[in-house]
Amino acid sequence: MDRESVRFDPHTTIEGTTIFDGSQAMKGYALNKMCYSFNSADNRDEFVADPEAYFTKFGLNDEQKQACRNKNVLEMIAAGGNIYYLAKFAGIYKLDVQDVGAQQTGMTKQQFQEKLKSAGD
Amino acid sequence: MAHIIGGLTSSHIPAVGNAIAKELFDEPYWKPFFEGYPPIREWLSRNKPDVAINIYNDHGLGFFLDCMPTFAIGAAHEYRNEDEGWGIPQLPPFPGDPKLSWHIIESMVEDHFDITSCQELAVDHGFTVPMQLFWPGAPSNPDMPRVVPISANTVQHPIPTLQRALDFGKALRKALLSYPEDVSILVLGTGGLSHQLDGERAGFINKDFDKMCMEKIVTDPEALAKISRMELVEKAGAQGTEFLMWMMMRGALGESVNPLHSNYHIPISNTGAGTMLLECAA
Repeated sequence: MDRESVRFDPHTTIEGTTIFDGSQAMKGYALNKMCYSFNSADNRDEFVADPEAYFTKFGLNDEQKQACRNKNVLEMIAAGGNIYYLAKFAGIYKLDVQDVGAQQTGMTKQQFQEKLKSAGD
Repeated sequence: MAHIIGGLTSSHIPAVGNAIAKELFDEPYWKPFFEGYPPIREWLSRNKPDVAINIYNDHGLGFFLDCMPTFAIGAAHEYRNEDEGWGIPQLPPFPGDPKLSWHIIESMVEDHFDITSCQELAVDHGFTVPMQLFWPGAPSNPDMPRVVPISANTVQHPIPTLQRALDFGKALRKALLSYPEDVSILVLGTGGLSHQLDGERAGFINKDFDKMCMEKIVTDPEALAKISRMELVEKAGAQGTEFLMWMMMRGALGESVNPLHSNYHIPISNTGAGTMLLECAA
């Protein structure tokens, strides 16, 4: 089938934004499933005790493992991560959404908070 | 017969759950946000709905990508709040109304909305934070209504269109008004407004777009229904798609509503926070 003829909801290019769609969801399934497991305190403890074993248990690929080792959110998104599940990973390291925002935008947390505040001006 | 008394909107930011737990109501950062709620609580104490339909979006507690319902309706006797992984305090269960839930499910499917019914559903901050804001101490508040949670997918594209969300609300209205019991019903649309948590564009907030949405949700929701999903991502941010919940709520209120109260504040956490009370025409 001609791919061009079956484009639903055609994605526009939005700078700095990855649309989490079917292809991202398939790519990131193992990573997101691992992060979803962090809803349970027992699972969080098991991860902290041996992250590498936990990566293997959930079948993360090398790109996903390395992104997690680096605690790098942009890399985790590139590897198929969805921010709602990644937030649970970040929570283990006591990082909130402003820490995560600062990391992704190359700012300090204080600079990022100023940016948010200035949106109200 | 059942009647719909009005609709409420609220952001459902997790940080609010923590601020409530720590009672930060008068801190300079939080005050302009929390000040938006007492007039609504006063209205609630006078009107005392029997049931609250809480339209929210799950963020990875009740549902995962293994099975992702586009529209899910709770049909349980109670709804548990569980550990979400990053430390907001857990609340006791919220009381359900499964008889009304099944009536809604039957009516919606008859009306061609193919929904997912949930006899167990763990509800996350998207559900609990607005309940705490409107009914302090929830679920232990003496005026606590029974609840029917409705969750729409905004985790994974394709998400519903804005038109579908509004139409869902209209079908929900039909379902509620055909319920034979004499109950008063309130409809909550939670989430938003503009925010983006992920990517190099993290921290994006769009005050002009939010203000436009808060105006048109009252006067012309049909105009909002014409916004495409990608346009919504672009103008409201990747997670600003939660505005779909407001559209679903609005559809359930009928053509004409009376906006009794409104509050908007930037920023709460990474979000433009919008709170509204829309009363249904008598």
